[in-house]
Parts: sequence; C-alpha cells; structure tokens
Amino acid sequence: MDQTLIFWTMVGMGIVTYLPRLLPSLFLTGRTLHPLIISWLRLIPPAVLAAMLLPSLLVRDDGIDFGFSNLFLWVAFIAFPVAWKWKSLSATVVVGMGLVAFGRYMGLGM
Amino acid sequence: MSTKKERPVAACLQGAKRALPIVLGYIPIGFAYGVLAGKSGLSETNTFLMSLIVFAGSSQFIAVGLFASGTGPAAVILTTFVVNLRHMLMAAALTPYFSNWKKWHLAFFSYQLTDETFALHSASASSLNECKLEALSLNVTAQASWVTGTALGIVASGLIGDVKPLGLDYALAAMFIGLLVGQCQNSIRLITAIISGGIATLLYLAGWHQFHIIAATILGATVGLGIELWTKR
Repeated sequence: MDQTLIFWTMVGMGIVTYLPRLLPSLFLTGRTLHPLIISWLRLIPPAVLAAMLLPSLLVRDDGIDFGFSNLFLWVAFIAFPVAWKWKSLSATVVVGMGLVAFGRYMGLGM
Repeated sequence: MSTKKERPVAACLQGAKRALPIVLGYIPIGFAYGVLAGKSGLSETNTFLMSLIVFAGSSQFIAVGLFASGTGPAAVILTTFVVNLRHMLMAAALTPYFSNWKKWHLAFFSYQLTDETFALHSASASSLNECKLEALSLNVTAQASWVTGTALGIVASGLIGDVKPLGLDYALAAMFIGLLVGQCQNSIRLITAIISGGIATLLYLAGWHQFHIIAATILGATVGLGIELWTKR
C-alpha cells in the first residue's frame, strides 16, 4: 500500500480508537446504561482478545497444527502460567519472545 | 488533602513515578512494534506517527500485519475499532470519578487511556478528582515511553536482518496472553474467551481472514451473555 494511503488509514484508526475512549466520559457521567448492555460490554474484552489470539497460535499453513513444530503454541503453554503468576504484561512478553528465540536457536519449530 | 490544590511539579513527578511499571513494559513492546513495522514496509515516518496518533499497542501490531498482507483501509479501520472497543468499557468504568474535571482535560486524558493506564487509574480511582495533574502526567509518561520504544525500534530495524531469531514476531501473541489472563477473572469470562477463540479459529480456517475477529467477538460475547443469564436464573 502507498505510504500516503497508509497515513490516512492511520488517521481513521486514530479516530475510531479515540472515540470509544472519549465518549463515555463526556456523555455517560451521571447516566446509567441498561444492565444487559453493561453485562454484554463486559464480555467484549475477553472475547476479542481470544478471537485474535487463538487462530494465531493454532493455525499454521491453513490447518490446525498441534505438532511439536508449532513453537508459538508450545510457548503459549508456558506464557499463560507466567502471565497468571506474575500478573505482568512485560514479563509475559519478554518470557514469550525469549522462549521463541531460544526454541529457534535450538532448531525447534519455524 | 482533598481541598488543597495540587503542587504542579510534585504532582507531575508523582505521576511519572507511578507510570514506571508501564514504562518498563512499553519500551520493549514499542521496540518490537518499531522493528516489525520497519520490516513490513511501513515508512519510518508512518511507523512513528502511528504511535503518536493511534497509541494502542495491539491494534498497531495488527495493522502492521494487515498492511503487509495488502488489506484495504476499511478492513484495517474496522478491525481497529473492534479491537479497541474494549476501552469504551474502561472509560465508562472511570466516569463516576471525573465530576471536577473540565471537558478538555477529559478529552486529553481519554486520548491516552490504554489497558495499562486504566489498570493504574482504576486502582486509585477515588483520588482522580483531586489528582488531575498527576493522572495526566502518568498518561503522558506512558505514551512518551511507547513513542521512545518505537523510535528505538525504528533505528534498530535497519540493523536487524531478521526478527525471527529474536522472537520479536511473538510480541503480539504474548501481549494478548497477558491481557487475556487479566480479563478472565471468572468462569463466564473464561468460557466466553474459549467460545470466541474457537469460533474465530473455525472462521479463519473457513477462509475469513479479515472479519473473523469481529464476527467471533460479537458471537462469543452474545453466547457468553446467554450463558450468564441462564446460569443466574
């Protein structure tokens, strides 16, 4: 894609990122949403994160891969407990990337 | 303390100090983003500007991947919207604590509301009304570290031949794992995540390579809500 078009796409991304961050504090103060909508909105974060994560761990070359060569999946089995135990995003990222780098250095996976 | 005015310098320093755990996370992740964006054909200027304009880590990584695969602007923007919609919930959760804030202060604060800054603000939400400057300083420090990490990544991108030996291509997945674990505090949320992830995987295998995230999120959250209502009956 052309860099100018990428720039304008980024401006669009900025707008659709900013509005959800801004609108509640401007219009919601002193108002309440329907409890069902609140319950539904509460489930969006785990749903969207899992929807982005799972295909990237499971799918290799247009098929589900539980094989030993799927390094991303095996590292996730370690990264999940790390995230659970330390409750730290940076620790999870550093351990995850480190293990993938180590696995590749040892000649495992892709 | 609640009636006193904040002392500006002390408040800014205190905010920057509270942001330190975020800084430690943002510099390496911003670095990974900068390197990957450079390797995916984004110009240095655009890579840098995205951290200034968008400031949303996971969607920046996703956008880089989508740009590299030639996805059109509409799909990139729509995906960004869905991925970042979760911040609406966080913003809504903080609204009871903003009664003393001016609108344009809120407009500035909201621009830098991320998962991590939200986590810190919500931990001391009751002091938001008195510590406005401290809260803004925390946010600015967080974005400054994200932009710094990005800049370092852009510089390193020219020096690093391949991101794979460093595992940098795993940064996004690892970030999602960390965020997801933080989101699954009860069984309904965990079940929702599993359903949504399963649907996304099936849709992706079926050939939906752009809208599987949006469709799976909406379906997963709706099924999760159904289960929640059914078990509470």
